[in-house]
Amino acid sequence: MSFARDTHRLLERLSDHAFAALRPGEALSLSLSAENQTYLRFNTGKVRQATGVRQWRLELDFRARDRQVTFTTDLSGRVDRDHRDLHALLARARSDAASLPPDPFAAPLENPSQSEEWHEVATPDPAEVIEQIAVATAGTDFAGLFAAGPQIRAVRNSTGQNHWFATSGFFLDYSLFTVNSAGENKAVKGLLSGTGWRASELALAIEADRHRLDQLRMPSRTLAPGEYRAYLAPAAVAHVVELLSWGAVSFGAWKKGGSALRRWIEGEVPLSERFSLRENFALGLGPRFNSLGELAPLQLPIAERGAPKNLLTGARSAREYGVTSNGAESGLWSEEQLRSPEILPGDLPERDALKRLDSGLYIGNLHYLNWSDLKSARVTGMTRYACFLIEHGEIVAPIQDLRFDDSLYRIFGTELEALSEETRLFPATETYGQRALGGCKVPGILLSRFRLTL
Amino acid sequence: MNAPEAAPAEFDPVSALSAIAGVADWIGLRFVEEVSQHRSVRNGKPERNQVHVRRGAMVEAVMEGNLAYAATPDLSHAGLQDAAGRAARLARAGARHAVAAFSPGLRPAVSGAFAGPCAQCFDTLSLEELTARLIAACSRLRVSGDIVETMAEITLTQHSSCYATSSGTDIAQRFHLVSQNFVATAQDGPEIQRRSLNGPVARCLQGGLEVLDFDCIYRECERAGREALELLAAEDCPGGTRDLLLAPDQMLLQIHESVGHPLELDRILGDERNYAGWSFVKPEDFGRLQYGSPLMNISFDPTLPGEFACYGFDDGGNRAHREYLIRGGLLLRGLGGLESQARLGLPGVANFRSAGWNRPPIDRMANLNLEPGDSTLDDMIASVERGIYMSANRSWSIDDYRRKFQFGCEYAHLIEDGRLTRVVRNPNYRGVTLPFWHSLKKVGNLDTFGIFGTPFCGKGEPHQMIRVGHASPHCLFANVEVFGGGR
Repeated sequence: MSFARDTHRLLERLSDHAFAALRPGEALSLSLSAENQTYLRFNTGKVRQATGVRQWRLELDFRARDRQVTFTTDLSGRVDRDHRDLHALLARARSDAASLPPDPFAAPLENPSQSEEWHEVATPDPAEVIEQIAVATAGTDFAGLFAAGPQIRAVRNSTGQNHWFATSGFFLDYSLFTVNSAGENKAVKGLLSGTGWRASELALAIEADRHRLDQLRMPSRTLAPGEYRAYLAPAAVAHVVELLSWGAVSFGAWKKGGSALRRWIEGEVPLSERFSLRENFALGLGPRFNSLGELAPLQLPIAERGAPKNLLTGARSAREYGVTSNGAESGLWSEEQLRSPEILPGDLPERDALKRLDSGLYIGNLHYLNWSDLKSARVTGMTRYACFLIEHGEIVAPIQDLRFDDSLYRIFGTELEALSEETRLFPATETYGQRALGGCKVPGILLSRFRLTL
Repeated sequence: MNAPEAAPAEFDPVSALSAIAGVADWIGLRFVEEVSQHRSVRNGKPERNQVHVRRGAMVEAVMEGNLAYAATPDLSHAGLQDAAGRAARLARAGARHAVAAFSPGLRPAVSGAFAGPCAQCFDTLSLEELTARLIAACSRLRVSGDIVETMAEITLTQHSSCYATSSGTDIAQRFHLVSQNFVATAQDGPEIQRRSLNGPVARCLQGGLEVLDFDCIYRECERAGREALELLAAEDCPGGTRDLLLAPDQMLLQIHESVGHPLELDRILGDERNYAGWSFVKPEDFGRLQYGSPLMNISFDPTLPGEFACYGFDDGGNRAHREYLIRGGLLLRGLGGLESQARLGLPGVANFRSAGWNRPPIDRMANLNLEPGDSTLDDMIASVERGIYMSANRSWSIDDYRRKFQFGCEYAHLIEDGRLTRVVRNPNYRGVTLPFWHSLKKVGNLDTFGIFGTPFCGKGEPHQMIRVGHASPHCLFANVEVFGGGR
């Protein structure tokens, strides 16, 4: 049996047992995240740490008489032991719920849907991967993380809802470093991902990266803060999109005063007609169902030609504010989050981006973004990796990293001159607690002005 | 408190280890169990009632001189055997291409136990009573109808770990941890301002329920509510260069981002370059680099009672001691465990820590503190002709070499001619690490000292979120670029 098949059987048995133990007036939802991953961490082309992680994390969402309590636990993977623990947690949940006042916004557990998806492939042999990476990156200064193995998300509830998503694949998220003629460190970023690991693809990517590194060996320019024309490559745009999940397009955050795009949502400030954003689960990067088993639409427009269309709305927000849920997921620290966002492309061929930029900055990547002023949707962060000064459509020199502090109302609004025709897919590489699913698909963006501050 | 109790006695790592010791040339076993209750009330109504139970083991195996890891929640003999086999295979797979070879000295053969403070156990307060107190805190935060949202949350965590190795290490540690977050949101038309008790989840301490003085919390909730209203009516923080007085609840972030991370030896070695970043600090800087003004004294202190990241041993079994990292502004020592120390040939500290049973240890901050000076708060304010006094972090960003930072705070007063004057909203400041620390011109005395922390320090590949503590007095910096919101 495979990890996924074993896990499916484990969840079936545990959920049957747990649902049978419920008393009248009680309801229970079980949400499972599981993985059997190999994580290989590299520095200077060598293995810094190799770790195998096998885990099953079960969340129990228990409801009784308008009370809600949640328990999460690490399953052992052994049915007898996990039966025992689940039974004890259920008893504790019942007791906790009885101690609490009613929760008016706990949405009832429902049974609207069932789904099942299996995407199983063999996990590559770590020994072979290590050897192949060593060969492909020989002569370079390579650092990164390889992750591979099955990932599972599943939800079942006591009213009959049943969702299962099992996938398997890899990513290699890496950086290649060099030192320029002035002795400064410079780097390019790479990401390979998919269901089947092929060393030949890494070899090709590294070869292209070596060429990009050559461009970074020129002495870099120190630029004064100010406003510059700028082309943000898709990897940089992906970081901006990531920040939108910090409340910007969440219904709950908007109602609680935590959305940076409040003025856009309320029609006070427009965004560019060139800007369209949607949740698109057709990208195939993760399950459509959330941890309550609600099924999100295959595609949900958030912004259409600059106009607000929908906000991400989960069951709790829907109940509190009397609106309809669109199956959004809430994060650990924030309200509803994007899981599979896509910015629709424009009409600027990527090969013409520098020519159209003419003079300004090519920004390959960004780092450590945060809101600097929520009310004006201002974002600060740093440039990172391959960033260049461009004059007359040609690379003049790499730049020393700069801090930016600019508003989304300018970036996706007044200063958005064009979006690239091509888009890039960025599968999630986050591994806090477990390897994430999801990701985003974005184009590059050309900005008439981009505000750099330090 | 109604929650499952951690039961480390159920698992004996030494006997579990003996059953798998033959699987590899050297083997280690770290068992972690944690029960964490998160209770939150929003606008007087239950918001989240969550209990997280985490239990599992990380097996470390050495083959052909290389160490690798395998994590399992299956603590049966068969489960640990399987994990040991997986770790051994990974160790063999990486042996030809390892960054550094393993030696037994990297895992000291020590025995010992550590227990953090806990005078009043969590189970002495019922869930019903705790919820009632959180509801009361919400009502104290709501000092007026312009407070449109209130949030009161507390997380109570019991954490225990054991570490045993085939070379004789046998360590057990136990901690009680309390995190608090109380926030008032005020709104007047389009203007929305938040004020919390010391910034989001900055109140993090080790201890039992004695940490929670609800009478004091209620008074501070009322103050936070009033200050949220003040911010609604306040002008925006003016732009320009001013002296900057930082409260300990912002110093925690300043120390964390611009001292802690750049001094991590694994960053200096380049392990973090693909994610969190490298460091502007170079190995040759230790003992030579004047990091800040002579008033700057930074200690790694796992012994300060009640601070969030106190412990007796790190996750490699290294006994933890207090050490100066920076003294008189001079950089002396980095934040690196025994593996990084061996790779660099530099002294470090016992900070090889993992975020849980399913992650290998790496170099982390623990308690990283700025030592008190001799200025009173009044003296510091009186010494400023044109300045600003900022409290409680709300925004943070710094580059991947830890040079150029920008931080925002919740609340600020202008300082004019030696006196606190107007409250201003949306206060931010930016700077460059070394010039900023060289501009440190006064350090507050013990009366101005505050102990804070965060459960959310992110780093590592695979990623790890870990608890850190930061204690500091008020500090005064000269000529810092400050600015407000808008545009």
